[in-house]
Amino acid sequence: MGALKNKHLIGLEHTPARDIQKLIDTGFTFREVLDRPIKKVPSLTGKNIVNLFFENSTRTRISFELAEKRLSADVTNFSASASSVSKGEGLKDTVQNIHAMKMDCAVMRHPVPGTCLQLSKFVDAVVINAGDGTHEHPTQALLDMMSIKEKFGKLKGLKIAIVGDILHSRVALSNIYGLQKMGAKVTLCGPPHLIPRGIQELGVSVNTDIDEVIEWADALNVLRIQRERMGVGIIPSVREYRDFFGITQERLDNHKKEIVIMHPGPMNRGVEIDSSVADGDQAIILDQVLNGVAIRMSILYLLLGPDEGEES
Amino acid sequence: MGKSINLIILEGGTIYDPYKNKKKAGSILIEDGVVKEVGKVITPDNAQKIDCTGKLIVPGLIDIHAHFREPGREDKETLATGARAAFSGGFTRVCVMPNTNPPLDSPEAIRFIIEKSADLPVKIFPIGAITFGQKGLELTEFGEMVKAGAVAISDDGLPVQNGQVLRNALEYAQKYGIPVINHAEDIHLRNDGVINESSLSTRLGLPGNPDISESVMVHRDLEIADYTGGTIHVPHVSTKRSVDLIRKYKKMGVNVTAEVTPHHIGLTENKLTEYDTSAKVAPPLRTELDRKALIKGLLDGTINCIATDHAPHTIEEKEMDFIHSPCGMIGLESAFGLSHTVLTESGASTERVVQWFTKGPADIMGWEIVPFQIGKPAEIAIIDSKQKWTFKESHIQSRSKNSPMLGMKFTGRVVGTISGKNTYGNLLD
Repeated sequence: MGALKNKHLIGLEHTPARDIQKLIDTGFTFREVLDRPIKKVPSLTGKNIVNLFFENSTRTRISFELAEKRLSADVTNFSASASSVSKGEGLKDTVQNIHAMKMDCAVMRHPVPGTCLQLSKFVDAVVINAGDGTHEHPTQALLDMMSIKEKFGKLKGLKIAIVGDILHSRVALSNIYGLQKMGAKVTLCGPPHLIPRGIQELGVSVNTDIDEVIEWADALNVLRIQRERMGVGIIPSVREYRDFFGITQERLDNHKKEIVIMHPGPMNRGVEIDSSVADGDQAIILDQVLNGVAIRMSILYLLLGPDEGEES
Repeated sequence: MGKSINLIILEGGTIYDPYKNKKKAGSILIEDGVVKEVGKVITPDNAQKIDCTGKLIVPGLIDIHAHFREPGREDKETLATGARAAFSGGFTRVCVMPNTNPPLDSPEAIRFIIEKSADLPVKIFPIGAITFGQKGLELTEFGEMVKAGAVAISDDGLPVQNGQVLRNALEYAQKYGIPVINHAEDIHLRNDGVINESSLSTRLGLPGNPDISESVMVHRDLEIADYTGGTIHVPHVSTKRSVDLIRKYKKMGVNVTAEVTPHHIGLTENKLTEYDTSAKVAPPLRTELDRKALIKGLLDGTINCIATDHAPHTIEEKEMDFIHSPCGMIGLESAFGLSHTVLTESGASTERVVQWFTKGPADIMGWEIVPFQIGKPAEIAIIDSKQKWTFKESHIQSRSKNSPMLGMKFTGRVVGTISGKNTYGNLLD
């Protein structure tokens, strides 16, 4: 421990650039491990990790579980019922359970912003935020940055656009903090009422014209549009969203430029992104998935592993 | 508290009457809880002497906005524990809000409060609901509730959304001479907001409650008050926009009064950067711009008084996550210290601060108070305007401990309270 400034990974807002750099670099080291025939290393043998999921998640949970197992940690999975969360129960009991089970690390996904920070104040275990409501999703942003770095060889000076429902996105906020710390420029694009108030104070630009944004950007990070927001007076219709913000094949063809397409998943094919774009040459969406496992190994290793300098 | 006194004399202090704004050096002699002599008093040999040198002797403070949770949530507060908290903070009169369980929406419920609180050191004045069950639909029996002892009407935390219902209330309440208090918030604009909407809510990923959710409702209420001639009281004003609107309508001659809480003039949204649920409150803590506008509103008379919105909650509830934890903080014990600190730093005198806790609320309720009257039960607070102190859990007398003020440093403190035969405070021990 002690390889990073902070004991926990709560968000990228308070993670220094130096640590982001280190996490990404170490991510590439583990990426090599994942390309080996035997994809397992003994780095975290004897460490106890609990995955606490208070909200449905498939890919983040599986990605963490894979990362933990490939580091030889002992893994416990815990999923809480939605009803206990909706009543506001659970946090205190969670704290006490982690104490009682003598866990070294808790990976937590929770629908309420701030819960990972609250948890970290009450437990000895290392807390890793796997998404807290509409606040942050730091491991997603780290894997996004690692994927950009893999593609471009750098982050500094790149122009990255985040497209979609920014207001309800934890992915956007973590990407904004991380990318800017690493020297990239960030523009947000989406329906104006889904751009949160005061976001410009974080140093980003806002442009609601997707075609201008495509012309500007080196890469687009396309956010999932929640279907439950469609047609309930927030996003009027799929066709209008596609028409003004959708990353369609036709739109990309019109621009005739090299641009990298990213998506944190799960995708609504045909809504925010066309299937042919998602599966096309410009997309690095599956690299993001693989890098997700590598970056989570990196995070776990740097927060829980042996001191710096020792071999993994 | 509750210790019986026979003969006590407050000597060496300055007696201040905020109702007439008159100050003079002098003593007060109290026999069996009744004021016997005021001014130049020859100290009787058998009197307990209280040295008030350097202190200000003022009438008991008044809070027109508190939640004592009885009936229904006696685990958070009762009339007795709430009164104890108030008394320790210098208050001798408190108005309690009707959002109990069941709500105070009938003369029977009002009488329950009056009877249950008859022997407490603090006089309790119930506020009745505007509508049955605080549902915002059918008017309650204003007249019967006033006869039973209600002093105002309010649906408290549940704003009257239907403009016609508020219009009816503002017209009908004029017959009984009571103010209508409407928690000003457009619940649609509030949406799911749990803290002030700003770059901070964006950073924290918490749903924001914009300042316009308050000012839009304040504006509507002021228009209806203007049209009907009714008397509207705006509780816990939190935004600059609302202060500006109230100022404008006051100048037009509309019957509007307003209160501000100690926490809205003393704290901002920056208290919430680490999701501290003890600072989660409705309306939410706002920005520095708003805080300054609220202070200016007090100083120029736009806002009439300070009221605590004392809102006790259990530890278990405040230990929940930020979204599910309830809104509200206790305030009676820290009210004077925090307000005095903030307002004297802004140029107000101690006397002015005392007025916002006495004359201000009394005028809103239409009470004519003549303090220190010979032959009447004593209602007195003793203030040390220079004492520096740190607000600690040991100062809390409420049954609940939910206060973001813990650890704050204050200048100015109530060092003693007297209400009839009851006394509280180090000075009087």
